[in-house]
Amino acid sequence: MIPPSFDYVAPLTLPDAVAALGQYENAKILAGGQSLIPLMRFRLASPAVLVDINRVEGLSYINEDKGWLKIGSMTRESTVDHSPLVREKYSLLADTAKVISDPIVRNMGTVGGNLANGDPGNDHPATMLAYGADVVAVGPNGERVIPITSFFLGLYESALAPNEILTEVRIPASKPRSGGAYLKLERKVGDFATAAVAAQVELDAKGKFKSVGIGLTNVGLTAIKATVAEDFLKGKAASDDNIRQAAQLAADAAQPIADVRGSEDYKRALVKTYTVRALRIAVERAKGG
Amino acid sequence: MSTHHIHVTINGKPYEADVESRLLFVHLLRENLNMTGTHIGCDTTSCGACTVIFNGKPVKSCTVLAVQADGAEVRTVEGLAQNGKLSPVQEGFHEKHGLQCGFCTPGMLMTSVALLEQNPHPTEDEIRHGISGNLCRCTGYMNIVKAVQYAADKMAEG
Repeated sequence: MIPPSFDYVAPLTLPDAVAALGQYENAKILAGGQSLIPLMRFRLASPAVLVDINRVEGLSYINEDKGWLKIGSMTRESTVDHSPLVREKYSLLADTAKVISDPIVRNMGTVGGNLANGDPGNDHPATMLAYGADVVAVGPNGERVIPITSFFLGLYESALAPNEILTEVRIPASKPRSGGAYLKLERKVGDFATAAVAAQVELDAKGKFKSVGIGLTNVGLTAIKATVAEDFLKGKAASDDNIRQAAQLAADAAQPIADVRGSEDYKRALVKTYTVRALRIAVERAKGG
Repeated sequence: MSTHHIHVTINGKPYEADVESRLLFVHLLRENLNMTGTHIGCDTTSCGACTVIFNGKPVKSCTVLAVQADGAEVRTVEGLAQNGKLSPVQEGFHEKHGLQCGFCTPGMLMTSVALLEQNPHPTEDEIRHGISGNLCRCTGYMNIVKAVQYAADKMAEG
């Protein structure tokens, strides 16, 4: 299958890339291309111009800086997956990177693309909601920071303006007594999640929940932040009984639709079970340091 | 529509081509350059039959634009055997019957080559994980895993 005709530009700098987006009608950014190129081959997307940002310098990095883990938007998923820093201190992100599509796709797919695509079936959205991340976007008027909670507006719809480029994702730096986990049910490697749950917790000195983040993948038009479940756990003991009650609240927050991957009830039950398991692992990891 | 002049190195040899923006890299290989060793399987970024090593990493060549390959170093299945002698990975697939119909084989080989370059002594689990983006519908993977293990041992012998 061959995409419809389009023009292609490959700017070398961020200002040139932003300018190119402003210059053409119906221009789209080409990042890793692992969602966009298939969409174009199926002719579900037909941008007039692709602005390829793969040659823009300085958009691929993972480092800790001023209380954040900063990830350049063009960082490949395989780079995240193999990052010793991520593996050591950001277990939720490490879990997530491992299960995004398949290892070959992860060599091209990017963190920024995974978020900017606005697909509720992608894995980083729920993870970033659980972390309470910020997204940095650059446009003609400079840079702005968008909290992840206001980033996903609808199916394939984000807060990015057509002439803005997502340049960085910022995750709050790892704290003592914190941990996370991402659990995904997929029918086979490379499929979208039937459902998946991201959990990130921080415990206080007495072992109570100091902060809790829970994100749900592919059970709504956007990834869902299970705020009622999060609020329920805050200040409570990290007991199995509390975790089970929170998991029910997370399942209540899910808005799945029936499709080839399962019925609504099945997916809700899955969210409940995976929330229990993800929170248990997150707590164990938080205790383990 | 726009056409672009690209330079790309494939299996160590430089090539130039004029490509339409929408030309997929796998079509450049197969149709413009007559390198048909790289197969097109699913056309949906799932099966991995079209896997080539692109600037050192295996990628699905049906999901990369030819124009993106300007300046790239690419390796395909045609570059594996040297002077008529099979590479260790090819030899492993031959010795361990790592294929039946052979359709997935070029992609499996390229993924395996890249896997062993990154990790010369993979465990069975690491091999299975490493080839999980490549689908085989014949052999059920047992012999493919053995083939990669054979190649790892062969390369360790030097």
